[in-house]
Amino acid sequence: MHRNPRLAVDFLGISMDTPVMTASGTFGFGEEFEDFADLAELGAVVVKGTTLYPRRGNEGVRIAETPSGMLNSIGLENPGVEYFLQSILPRISKYHMNVIVNISGSSAEEYGKLAERLDVPGVAAIELNVSCPNVKDGGIIFGTDPKAAAEVVAQAKKHTKKPVILKLSPNVTDIAEMARAGEAAGADALSLINTLMGMAIDIRTWRPVLGNITGGLSGPCVKPVALRMVWQVAQAVKIPIIGMGGIMTAEDAVEFFLAGASAVEVGTANFCDPSVTRNIIRGLDAYLKQRNLSHISELIGQLKVDKE
Amino acid sequence: MALPKVAIDTEILWNTPVGSDVYELTVQGGGIVTQAQPGQFIHLQIPSGDVFLRRPFGIADTDENEGQLTMYYRVMGKGTRVLTALKRGDVVNCLGPLGHGFSLNAKRPLLVGGGMGLAPLLYLAKRFRGKADVLMGGRNRDELFWEKIFAPYVRKTFVATDDGSLGTKGFTTELLPKVLGNEAYDCVYTCGPEIMMRGIANIAAQKGVACQVSLEKRMACGLGACLSCVCDTANEERKKICKDGPVFWAQDVFFAQ
Repeated sequence: MHRNPRLAVDFLGISMDTPVMTASGTFGFGEEFEDFADLAELGAVVVKGTTLYPRRGNEGVRIAETPSGMLNSIGLENPGVEYFLQSILPRISKYHMNVIVNISGSSAEEYGKLAERLDVPGVAAIELNVSCPNVKDGGIIFGTDPKAAAEVVAQAKKHTKKPVILKLSPNVTDIAEMARAGEAAGADALSLINTLMGMAIDIRTWRPVLGNITGGLSGPCVKPVALRMVWQVAQAVKIPIIGMGGIMTAEDAVEFFLAGASAVEVGTANFCDPSVTRNIIRGLDAYLKQRNLSHISELIGQLKVDKE
Repeated sequence: MALPKVAIDTEILWNTPVGSDVYELTVQGGGIVTQAQPGQFIHLQIPSGDVFLRRPFGIADTDENEGQLTMYYRVMGKGTRVLTALKRGDVVNCLGPLGHGFSLNAKRPLLVGGGMGLAPLLYLAKRFRGKADVLMGGRNRDELFWEKIFAPYVRKTFVATDDGSLGTKGFTTELLPKVLGNEAYDCVYTCGPEIMMRGIANIAAQKGVACQVSLEKRMACGLGACLSCVCDTANEERKKICKDGPVFWAQDVFFAQ
């Protein structure tokens, strides 16, 4: 198959047919969507957050629909890195997709260990989840304290030759400060945003809807926040940015590229339409064609702002 | 090799009330119809800006000749309320058929359904071509409009209502021991409130009859990716209701904890 000349990119040394990836936790291991998405056409599939040991995740209700979005508190349920390496990675190799593994640890050393275990053929890059809001030891501390985030990046970089992407939490006062800390520690790229912490209450029972009380908000309702943060981070760092947060359409993705993202991840939209990535990719290509642009890179960071 | 799942725009043929706050929704189901198995479900996108996620509905009937797919729903919240407003000719996106359905190996099946849990059992009854008996339970006579709908497809019908307005007064669990005592059923298939299914599964186990249960939980993707709808199993492994279920052998998901 010929690569699309307008959308093919070389991102962090990874050859990608398109800069459209799928976000961790929303696309399983890719295989669940084989009937609906062209897996090899995706820039990468960022697989479910993986930890050193298996995790059962949270009890009780795990999702709630909210206006133009949803809350989730899955709690990092995953089979653990060894099972991933032994059973899942070999199984999904037939799809010829770039696999980025999202990892989560309870200490900087654990991130280092995970990065080391995943420094294997078939893994294209590592995404550091330092911002899962749904588990006590899932790294939210690493996502809100610049020094802790830098330590996680340093440990991961020390233990792998793969590109290391730091996924930033929006639940901070100054996202640019977190971004700069990640860059200084050696992160190859930044991805943002993870979910915004939120909650929902059942007024019949006076109880929280989610078993974990709070959860992570995602979907189109978070897009303006995500765009603003991508734009702020793009001003603050030189390393590439993967933008995400409520992307449902190609037009949404264009906004993220203009704000400064070099690639995008599509997350919650996969739940509404399992073939949404296909539509976004086609729509992006059509947009570039219509604007007489020869390559997606001509959009990146091209937001026009009137200077005072 | 599993048959491919599809997400297709389907035209509504009718969406009409069949009981108080209960609707029958039939769509032109395209390729889903020929693949559908009893116990599987459709993940339906309700076309409204107010409804973000899809909603799962058990397949209640199919008409292969006409390409029709039927589901029943009770108005429970925002999604189903919005759904009632849709009319003939409106288009809804159907993702399916999803999940694993009922075992069809029983020689003498007994179906036990409570309220809306009877919907997927209707499709199962039809597939058993008159071999099955049904035990149905509901709060009152109004909830058991199902009796007439099941009639062409089942041998015997047993009815229990909470208020005694139809059939025996009481729960299906109270009627089941007697029903199981009268006939040599080889499998009980149950769908309804979880507390009812647990009771039914217990009685079936005591009588040494195999039992399958159909579970339900909030889900987002319906494809086994988001892990919203997991349940615990006897071997401590967590299963996805949308993908590994919704139908399970009772002893795998209902066990002493």
